[in-house]
Parts: sequence; C-alpha cells; structure tokens
Amino acid sequence: MLLFVLLVVLTPLGNWWLFITYLLIIFTVILIAKLPPLTVIRRMVIEVPFVIFAVLMPFFSAGPYVSVLGMQLSEAGLTAGIGLLFKGTIGVLSSITLASTTPMREVLSGLSRLKVPNMLVEIAAFMVRYVDVVVDEMRRMRIARQSRGYFETGIRSWPVIAKAAGALFIRAYERGERVHLAMLSRGYQGKMPSYQIAIATNQQWLVGMILPISAVVVLILGWRIS
Amino acid sequence: MSEPVLEISGVAYAYPDGHQALFGVDLHVHRGEKIALLGPNGAGKTTLVLHINGILLPGAGSVRITGMEVKTENLKQIRSKVGVVFQDPDDQLFMPTVRDDVAFGPNNMGITGEELDDRVNQALTAVGMQAFADRAPQHLSFGQRRRVAIATVLAMQPEILVLDEPSSNLDPAARREIAEILNELDITMLMVTHDLPYALELCQRSVILSAGTIVADRNTYDLLADEELIKQHRLELPFGFKLDPSLAKK
Repeated sequence: MLLFVLLVVLTPLGNWWLFITYLLIIFTVILIAKLPPLTVIRRMVIEVPFVIFAVLMPFFSAGPYVSVLGMQLSEAGLTAGIGLLFKGTIGVLSSITLASTTPMREVLSGLSRLKVPNMLVEIAAFMVRYVDVVVDEMRRMRIARQSRGYFETGIRSWPVIAKAAGALFIRAYERGERVHLAMLSRGYQGKMPSYQIAIATNQQWLVGMILPISAVVVLILGWRIS
Repeated sequence: MSEPVLEISGVAYAYPDGHQALFGVDLHVHRGEKIALLGPNGAGKTTLVLHINGILLPGAGSVRITGMEVKTENLKQIRSKVGVVFQDPDDQLFMPTVRDDVAFGPNNMGITGEELDDRVNQALTAVGMQAFADRAPQHLSFGQRRRVAIATVLAMQPEILVLDEPSSNLDPAARREIAEILNELDITMLMVTHDLPYALELCQRSVILSAGTIVADRNTYDLLADEELIKQHRLELPFGFKLDPSLAKK
C-alpha cells in the first residue's frame, strides 16, 4: 500500500490518464474488498482542507495564465492543484482501504516486521489504544461544562475551550504516568514483547504486491507511450 | 509462625515536594490471609500500595516480600511476587487485545511459548473471561475490564495480590461477580477499599490506615462493630446497613 502511494506520488504531473488509471485500480480494490461506500465517503472528509487548498492554487499561483470558463487561472497553479487533488485522493483512498480491511493489530505487527523502529510502532499502538479513552474524557468534560449552563458560541468560547484542552492534556499526561506505573508493576523494563504473528506467506506477499506492481506497469506503459 | 508474605516495618515516606504521607507503618500479612486496608481519602493507602512493589522506596523502615527486602537491586523479583491491580482498568490495560495484555506481565518475567499460553488461559479462566481473549480492551464493559485487569496480574502467579478499590464504579451485579472471583482465589490478598461491607464479605482481618499510620488491626467484624473507632477515622457503614451478628465468628 505504501509502495503504491509512493509510486503515485512519484508520477510526474501532467500525465492525467495515468492518475485516472491509478484511481480505477484503487476503486477496483475497494469494490473487491466490499467496503461500504458511505463509510469510505465519510472517512474521506479528512481530505477537505487539501481540496480547498488545491482549488485555491490556480487563483494564487503566478506564471502564464490560461482562461477557463472566463477566468484567468495560472497554468502552473492549475497543474499543481489538479495533481494535488489526484495524489491526495488516491493516498486517502489507499489509507482507508488498508485501515478498513486490516485489523489494527496486524497493521502494527506488519510495521514492526517491516523494520519500522519499535519505538514508533509502540507509540502508534498506545495511540490506538487510548484515543477512545481521551475522546471519551473530552466528551465527559464537555457535558460537564454544558451541564453548568455553558454554551459554545463562536470565537468567544475559545478561551474556555483552550483551558479545557489544557486540562485534558494534563489529564492525559497523568494517565500516561499511571499507565507507566502499572506497566512497571508488571515487570516492564523498557522493552515490549514483540507482537508475534505468523510470518507472511509468499501468497500473501503476492496479494500485497498487486497494487504496487500494477502501478509500476501503468507507470512504465505511460512512459513508453509518451 | 511461618515467615510473613508481606512484612512492612516502620515505613515512613515523604513525597519529593515535602508532603509526608506515611509515618511509620507496621503490617504483617501471612500466607493465605485476605486483609482489607481501610482508611479515609488521603490517608496514604495508595502511597503504601506503591511501596509494596517498590514503585516507591521507603524513606525509613523496610518492606519485605517472603523475606526479600524491596530495594532497587531486586525489583525484578519483587514485581513478579507482588501483583497490583490498579483502580482504573484503563490505566492497566493498554495492549491491542486482552490476550496480549494478560501475557504482558509473564512475558516480562521471561516466560514464553506454551507456558505463557497456559498462564494466560488459566488467568482468564479464573476471572471467567476466556471467551474475550481476542477482543480489544476498549470494547469491553467496565466490569469486564476490571476482571481482565485482575487476570493480567494473576498470570504472573504472584505471592500476594494487592487490589486498589476493586469494587469502585461497578454495578451491583458486577460488584458481586468480582467478589465471587476474589473469594475463589487461593492467594494471599491485600485489598484497599472504602467499601466496608465488601471488606466484611471478603476479608477475615482488617486494618485502618489513618493519617499515615496503622490505627487498628483486628478481625473485620469486630472492627466494624466498633462504631466509635471507625467514625473517628471517617469511615461509616452505608445507610440502612446493620452488621449481622451471625457473621461475627467467621
């Protein structure tokens, strides 16, 4: 998946039909995996800031201008914007596919087998474990605020939200300390047991490589033709 | 008498900020005993618990586990002898699955392979959670998480089990289920609690820690029957609760 995204990012801008092919490939994978389209769309909301940025690019970039629908747009900005849109969408779609088809534990053990430093894998594991706890804590704090007659209204509520964020940070930090104590109590000495899982078979490797290989094929074909 | 499993003598401790929490605590716990450590908030109960497995080291006095003094050089053995179940299971359970979490302690002691699997299964069976081994802790109910937290410590097969408020935040049924599990365990146990009926149900002997010292140490029924004493140390039986005299000679 990572290799696929890397290849997509490395594809030179301007070869638009290459990107369309990539999109088709990832859509096929999503279809085969039978992911519910609504979930995929909901999760794609994370891309919105990038989309806005990409849409703005043609208006603010310098360089030779082209006229599109009666507007003077920068050619370089247009290319970069469309490129960002394609690459971003393909990247987000790939991540969503990985996240929805592979249990978190296997993603983590996979990362550690791919020789990602243990420290990073452990941090990711802790984040996955505690994100719910912290979000829950945040929700309880918000309900407690509202129960005392507080309404969040625009910019004037920011100081309160900032203080709440500070309190939440301290609570999360203190929980981190308590978790560490509990780990020490069970004999933790700075090394996590490895996430043991069967080594990937050749077949699994093959299935896993389908995406990057198809991207390489598309890339080479595009290069030969142009 | 045999050598005590837990021997605390003259332990005093002050936090780095100068606040003194313990002023010379003495407590002996013998094999197979189940003891309740009672005391109001801020009495130093948690501080004392952190001394038992050497998270904190005493400023004066000593703590011994089956004769071995708790000090920096033998922390590894101490941590495998003392199992602490913390109050908030979310502090204790941090691995992706229940099975991984229960395996964490024994794994740190160097146990692997089949023996590790055996220990994990035994511990989960003891708390009735074997069906949940492959679930993520965050998807369990609070009572179930508390049970798994107990299993994570049982898997280390400690000499003494220390529980911090095992009945807190549980609904009545979960509270009773935990009591049944703890009653079934054949293990030396020190239970920190404010829940006086729980102490009466599970522990033959109780001690009161108040303002950093042990102020009472006797049979749980007799201790709770001494209204004057428990009131003095901010402990009270719940409203409507009356000691049943038939429980006196347990």
